[in-house]
Amino acid sequence: MRRLIAAALVMLVCATLASAQQRPAAGAPKKPAEPEKLIASLSRDRILIQSQFAGETLALFVVVADPPPGKSVYDAVVTVRGPRGAVGVRRKMQSGPLWLNLDNRKYIAIPAFLAVLANRDAAVIASEEVREDLRIGIQAQIPQQTAVRGANDPEFRAALQRIREEQSLFYEDFEAVNFITPNVLRTAITLPGTAPLGRYDIDIAVFNAGALHARKTLAFTVEKSGIEQIVYRLAHVFPLAYGILTALIALFFGWLASVIFRRD
Amino acid sequence: MQIYLPIAEMPVDMLLVLGMGMAVGFISGMFGVGGGFLLTPLLIFSGIPPAVAVATQGPQIAASSLTGALLYWRRGALDLRLGSVLLAGGLVGTFLGVAFFNQMRRIGQLETVIAISYVILLGAVGLLVFLESMRALARARHGAKSPARRAGRHQWYEGLPLKMRFQRSGLYISVIPVLVISLIIGFAGAVLGIGGGFILVPALIYIFRVPGNIVVGTSLFQILFTMIAATILHATTNQSVDMFLAILLIIGGVFGAQFGARAGSKLRGEVFRLLLAILILAVAARFAADILTRPAEPFSATATETVR
Repeated sequence: MRRLIAAALVMLVCATLASAQQRPAAGAPKKPAEPEKLIASLSRDRILIQSQFAGETLALFVVVADPPPGKSVYDAVVTVRGPRGAVGVRRKMQSGPLWLNLDNRKYIAIPAFLAVLANRDAAVIASEEVREDLRIGIQAQIPQQTAVRGANDPEFRAALQRIREEQSLFYEDFEAVNFITPNVLRTAITLPGTAPLGRYDIDIAVFNAGALHARKTLAFTVEKSGIEQIVYRLAHVFPLAYGILTALIALFFGWLASVIFRRD
Repeated sequence: MQIYLPIAEMPVDMLLVLGMGMAVGFISGMFGVGGGFLLTPLLIFSGIPPAVAVATQGPQIAASSLTGALLYWRRGALDLRLGSVLLAGGLVGTFLGVAFFNQMRRIGQLETVIAISYVILLGAVGLLVFLESMRALARARHGAKSPARRAGRHQWYEGLPLKMRFQRSGLYISVIPVLVISLIIGFAGAVLGIGGGFILVPALIYIFRVPGNIVVGTSLFQILFTMIAATILHATTNQSVDMFLAILLIIGGVFGAQFGARAGSKLRGEVFRLLLAILILAVAARFAADILTRPAEPFSATATETVR
């Protein structure tokens, strides 16, 4: 919590500075480019998996440079997308008395993690057309096409989404984004302990009256560290050495037990 | 307390895994079986990927069988010659088993193969032990003695070519059936994550009439080396052996086995086997339910490749 408050303070300072920059100061050199409309800060940009890792919550703060015009308000949708990869979806079907995996579809470029966070129902924030265009929502992030085998089947797509949601790897939360002030928002990104490793992209879209006002992306990575990293690397780069080492450790414990519990 | 498994890539409750290792160790110490046939299903039912559950049994069984084998070795209750022949067949079986395992995994049928094999194997063994112990219980009630085994009668398979003398076991039999059986057990061990002691011990006693005092040590010897081979083969071909998981299971198992052995010495033989049979049948029934009933979620999703 302390970290959250600290980050909030930092962001508020940034917000003040940002709005100060907006005022054309006399004698100041002309700005070469349009100033950034969104300033975002993530509590951490590297998540290191160590042996006690059981999931992680990240805090994201975003400042919209200028306050919303007139009496209008800002809306925000934050999409967090994990590394993409191919996913095979299999269906069990009855064959005689048995239920076997008999049908499958292969999907390419499916994010291994997907969170769609907003301050209110995304359907209210922007029209379907706008959302489709910006690829907002879980459905929009699962590519329609399947590779290799079988025509697209909505049942398989729905199953893929359902399974990932049950694993907490896909989720939509339309109450997760909070506006602290009309132009500063805060949200929390929850990664489960089974979070896949790799690079995660965060796509922040701020809307005003149903239209896109500003957009920004940033990223963080999830990686193993310490002993977890060493063991994983050893198992994949030097599998023979890893196998022998594991066997030796096992034999050592087996021998130790026979010494400790020697009954004769 | 959670611990992250580097190969399974998921956190598990350390105490839960230690507890499972201990519970299975207790049972294996009590009944003198390896316990792989219980531990692998327990791991699978608790959410560990089946490939990791099976492959990680290798080191766990190697550790517990070394403890046992050393004990029998010190007592001289181990036929090294017979053990070596069993091992030769076992290694070939393990090699074929790992290849089959990888192939089934590639085509996505590994879970089904594991489930069906468990149902058949555990169902058959459980039923045999169950019937045998019921008969023994009935006999004990009627006060009759168990029939003595007739010595000197030879079965056709013992007279096949390549006869070999096993002095320690007092046998002069063909090595072909010994090799065939150990090959099958090595194969099953690699595919199912079991040591195979619960098949090998009865096979050695009933098929080859190996003396009871030598049979356990000899089977532990064979299991020890086939499981070392299985560990290395799984590690090199599918990278599914999880070192952390193995260590937790081994530690739990070592302690459980000690208490189990003590508890086992207070139980009566027939009651004992009846309990074991019920346990084996329960695991078989759980797997049968998995493949015979309509699944709550017929779909499953597996990431096949991820760009990291």
